[in-house]
Amino acid sequence: MPNTILHKAKLIPGQTSKLVIDAPLIAAKAKPGNFVILRVTDKGERIPLTIADVDAGAGTITIVYLVLGKTTALLEELDQGDDILDLCGPLGQPTHIEKCGTVICVGGGTGIAAMHHIAKGHHMAGNHVVAVIGARSKDLLLFHDELTAFCPEVLVSTDDGSFGHKGLVTEVLEDRLKSDDSVAEVVGIGPVPMMAAVAKTTKPFGVKTTVSLNSIMVDGIGMCGACRVTVGGEVKFACVDGPEFDGQQVDFMELRQRLASFRDQESISYEEYKKSHG
Amino acid sequence: MAEKKKKIIPKRIPMPNQSPGDRIRNFGEVALGYGREQAFAEAERCLQCKDPKCVAGCPVEVPIKDFIAKLQDQDIEGAYEVIKTTNSLPAVCGRVCPQEVQCEGQCIMGKKHQPVAIGRLERFVADEYMALSACDQITGKPECPLIDPDNKVACIGSGPSSLTCAGYLSSRGIKVSVFEALHEPGGVLVYGIPEFRLPKAIVRAEVEALKEQEVDIEVNMVGGKTIEVQDLFDQGYKAVFIGVGAGLPRFLGNEGENLIGVFSANEYLTRINLGRGYAFPEYDTPPFPGRNVAVIGGGNVAMDAARTALRLGADTVSIVYRRSQDEMPARKEELEHAIEEGVRLRCLCGPLAFIGDENGKLTGMRLQKMELGDPDDSGRCSPVCIEGAEEEIACDLAIMAVGTGPNRVMLEATPELGLNKWGYIVVNEETGETSIPNVFAGGDIVTGSATVISAMGAGRRAAKEIANRLLGTSD
Ligand SMILES: Cc1cc2nc3c(=O)[nH]c(=O)nc-3n(C[C@H](O)[C@H](O)[C@H](O)COP(=O)(O)OP(=O)(O)OC[C@H]3O[C@@H](n4cnc5c(N)ncnc54)[C@H](O)[C@@H]3O)c2cc1C
Ligand SMILES: Cc1cc2nc3c(=O)[nH]c(=O)nc-3n(C[C@H](O)[C@H](O)[C@H](O)COP(=O)(O)OP(=O)(O)OC[C@H]3O[C@@H](n4cnc5c(N)ncnc54)[C@H](O)[C@@H]3O)c2cc1C
Ligand code: SF4
Ligand code: SF4
Ligand code: FES
Repeated sequence: MPNTILHKAKLIPGQTSKLVIDAPLIAAKAKPGNFVILRVTDKGERIPLTIADVDAGAGTITIVYLVLGKTTALLEELDQGDDILDLCGPLGQPTHIEKCGTVICVGGGTGIAAMHHIAKGHHMAGNHVVAVIGARSKDLLLFHDELTAFCPEVLVSTDDGSFGHKGLVTEVLEDRLKSDDSVAEVVGIGPVPMMAAVAKTTKPFGVKTTVSLNSIMVDGIGMCGACRVTVGGEVKFACVDGPEFDGQQVDFMELRQRLASFRDQESISYEEYKKSHG
Repeated sequence: MAEKKKKIIPKRIPMPNQSPGDRIRNFGEVALGYGREQAFAEAERCLQCKDPKCVAGCPVEVPIKDFIAKLQDQDIEGAYEVIKTTNSLPAVCGRVCPQEVQCEGQCIMGKKHQPVAIGRLERFVADEYMALSACDQITGKPECPLIDPDNKVACIGSGPSSLTCAGYLSSRGIKVSVFEALHEPGGVLVYGIPEFRLPKAIVRAEVEALKEQEVDIEVNMVGGKTIEVQDLFDQGYKAVFIGVGAGLPRFLGNEGENLIGVFSANEYLTRINLGRGYAFPEYDTPPFPGRNVAVIGGGNVAMDAARTALRLGADTVSIVYRRSQDEMPARKEELEHAIEEGVRLRCLCGPLAFIGDENGKLTGMRLQKMELGDPDDSGRCSPVCIEGAEEEIACDLAIMAVGTGPNRVMLEATPELGLNKWGYIVVNEETGETSIPNVFAGGDIVTGSATVISAMGAGRRAAKEIANRLLGTSD
């Protein structure tokens, strides 16, 4: 399997890119909510990334990543025409999608890309999709055009007010929930604190809230338990039981702490990488 | 029988090992292997029994007597060919089989003296053979039948059960594709058993030998996700063998089990073996550093985790086991090696709770002390809690090696597969066939976590049946 990168777009230069990859077997099976695990070099680490879009006809999948550490930096070195060494998927349970009315999809940062695929799924199922997206400022906002193409409503917030509401996505979400009691479900994808805030915002409204957990993963097929999260007091493996769970039940504090498990080694890796790459 | 001069039975030739002081500082292999002199001398100890009991102890029925006879003639290639007739991974088995309860456990010599070191001899033969130049290997090879591309079989998973199934079928001209979810083939041999006990180069060599028989090995292919059983039949595969293993780690449900520093043995070992975490940061996958390490469990997995932690620089490593040392299920040699290297045993106690700091990091563990009660179903004495006897120990890394369950992905995607009450696949004992016609299974996904050689036996049994069906033979 060559896993060739057919198209690369630098969405936020040096920070976030989008890759369209030739992966017909994965594309044939991928559904919203699924992710892949990839490895960039033969000494590299396996990392999970959400499938942000699929074109089964063309046999391609799209991923969008934020450069955070060594593996994402190595990925960022690749260009159109390069191959991804190992690409495995589609993994995880697909999003549970049914026709239910209005669905608000909230995305923050790189999470907007992941949310995009789910929003599309809800749209295809005949739901009225309201996209709520946020970033620090206008030029850091991802997938605005893609979402506008099919969502009847795209609500934006930026920290600095350079586009849409000045403030947080959760403020936009709360306003929308207050003015519309027909909302059947809220989907929230983004950094852990954002997802926790989304769950807190929806709680008084009693609306079903789905979040997608980005715990640390190794194999991605349920053989290691690295990805374990506590949901409703029970231990779940995010890679096979999730990654999506009921936001009201998730122990976000534990998830945040566990994401820091390897922080020291991750910075050693990244520092050495930066030294050797100027 | 006529009076015979009483023969002096020479002692079993000891295995040369790296000294404990050296080996805890590296990931090199601990047991160095016999040299020629040693191997031939050990082979001489075999009595060439008329009714060799040893074979009955081997799950794949290696013709032990015959291969040792070849060694007595100093014919290493001949010995290799004999072993290869039933065992496709001899270099692995010679290293990791629990010989004391299998072949060597049955050897006649063991009744009064020490048994013949069958495993060490098997390892010697395989290693010597592989060290021959490629050219010698090609000329010395039994002729391969032509592979028929239309007679094709798929194996899902690439552990010893699938690799054995693939080896048997390809040697009979059947085209085999192996689909593995991870990026490297070998199953537990690669992600679980550490380098110092089973060098990965050996697994790679055995896999390469299969590729020479035109077995395709496709990695990053998840059965039930990337490819499903029905897809395989649609693509013309005539049979499917499922050997996906039992790697789902069990936890005990103790308080604090998700603290940073509490790991399943599978995660801890996968990072270090599959991810080559022992060579971090040259390799990117970080191992978790622990200064005071507690490993919970008493099997091979616990020994591997404990000895790995020592090599990564831990100050203390203790094995916490709820029964006594005599009940530990680990291979005897592994337990001995672990003790020599400085692993401490803390028997007759089990974890009650894990204790952490405000950042969610593990700082210690509360233990319940136990005593031995009556024997349970397994025949071992069951541990009984001593009311009120608790103890707290400090640790910053705790590794759970308390058993595993069936790997779920394949099973969940194939709900027609009949499972038993523990969630393992039910197969026909004789053929290895599952509840789905022409879908076979074997290894840990059928038996629960067992041994390399029993997984291989299961792969071979299914392969025989598949070959008979596809070729119209009756082996
Ligand atoms: C199911 C799933 C889907 C994901 N989808 C995406 C995606 O579509 N796009 C994307 O950019 N990222 C996604 N992530 C997160 C991504 O896997 C991590 O950002 C990546 O592993 C970082 O690797 P690295 O080597 O570059 O950085 P590292 O050196 O591993 O980490 C650098 C920093 O990131 C933090 N970090 C480590 N792992 C994670 C994690 N899993 N999530 C968040 N922070 C982490 C560390 O604490 C550290 O501070 C997803 C994670 C999961 C589990
Ligand atoms: C640490 C450790 C030490 C051990 N030590 C010994 C020892 O000394 N001696 C001994 O005899 N036994 C030992 N064992 C047990 C032995 O390794 C196993 O019994 C044996 O490997 C089982 O073989 P298998 O073929 O059933 O599966 P496995 O070796 O478990 O291989 C299964 C393979 O299937 C893959 N897989 C899983 N799901 C899918 C899927 N959906 N699609 C595709 N691929 C999939 C997995 O990634 C894996 O590679 C040890 C086990 C462990 C964990
Ligand atoms: S395969 Fe294992 S059990 Fe059989 S003879 Fe070899 S070492 Fe002994
Ligand atoms: S039982 Fe022991 S002595 Fe007899 S043939 Fe087998 S290995 Fe040799
Ligand atoms: S990543 Fe290993 S079990 Fe989920």
